[in-house]
Amino acid sequence: MTNKLEAARPLSPHLQIYRPMLTMMMSIAHRITGVGNAVGFALLTWWLVAISIGPDAYATVDHFFSSIIGRLLLLLFTWSLIHHMLGGIRHLIWDTGAGLDKVSIEVFAWLTIISSIVLTVLIWIAGYALMGSF
Amino acid sequence: MATPLKRVRGLGAAHRGTETFWRQRVTAIANIPLVIFLVLSIVSHIGADYAQVKAYLAQPIVAVLMLALILSAAIHMRIGLKEIIEDYVHGEGCKVAAILLATFFAGLVGIACTLAILKISLGS
Repeated sequence: MTNKLEAARPLSPHLQIYRPMLTMMMSIAHRITGVGNAVGFALLTWWLVAISIGPDAYATVDHFFSSIIGRLLLLLFTWSLIHHMLGGIRHLIWDTGAGLDKVSIEVFAWLTIISSIVLTVLIWIAGYALMGSF
Repeated sequence: MATPLKRVRGLGAAHRGTETFWRQRVTAIANIPLVIFLVLSIVSHIGADYAQVKAYLAQPIVAVLMLALILSAAIHMRIGLKEIIEDYVHGEGCKVAAILLATFFAGLVGIACTLAILKISLGS
């Protein structure tokens, strides 16, 4: 609860005061991909529930995921999952106290960005390659 | 030379200590292999028909890993969403409402997925 006294006190500089930095963007990206994964979880729920209901419900979901919008959502979900996972591994390393120096955090940031894109592309290449195997 | 009781307990002002912090790490570590398993499961079944997908998910090992993923992810998601809401939603009413929604969302998708897996693996 804010009262008049609190409102008059100076505030610390907020986000928009700072020049955007890579590590800051990575922190924001980790949160955005976290929310993205929650949306993806809803897609997973739809898929699993449809399978449990029967072939007709599954056909509807399958049709949606085969569409352009469905594929785009799944592509974003793939990248979001991988990016959040790699970002999470980075956080777990930091939790041990390692890799917190200025050079390492920049290297980790670039590694996360590049690996997440490379892995996402590889997963989708594998997916398309396996498509005809059934 | 006695250490104050509150420091011995080490639970701090929230009386929960670092429980949430730790739980987020435990579920994060569990999520790594489980998400890799999910991605591999889906990628290896692209183009499969309904019966094949259902038969795959019905296997006990697959069902157990899927249930583990759902539980771990739902807990991790609930903590993460709450943390984001607490940082960016400042109005007390909106904040409580948003956290409640996030909690219900995590609970509902978790329960729905769990029921689906049970139904698939135990037969309907």
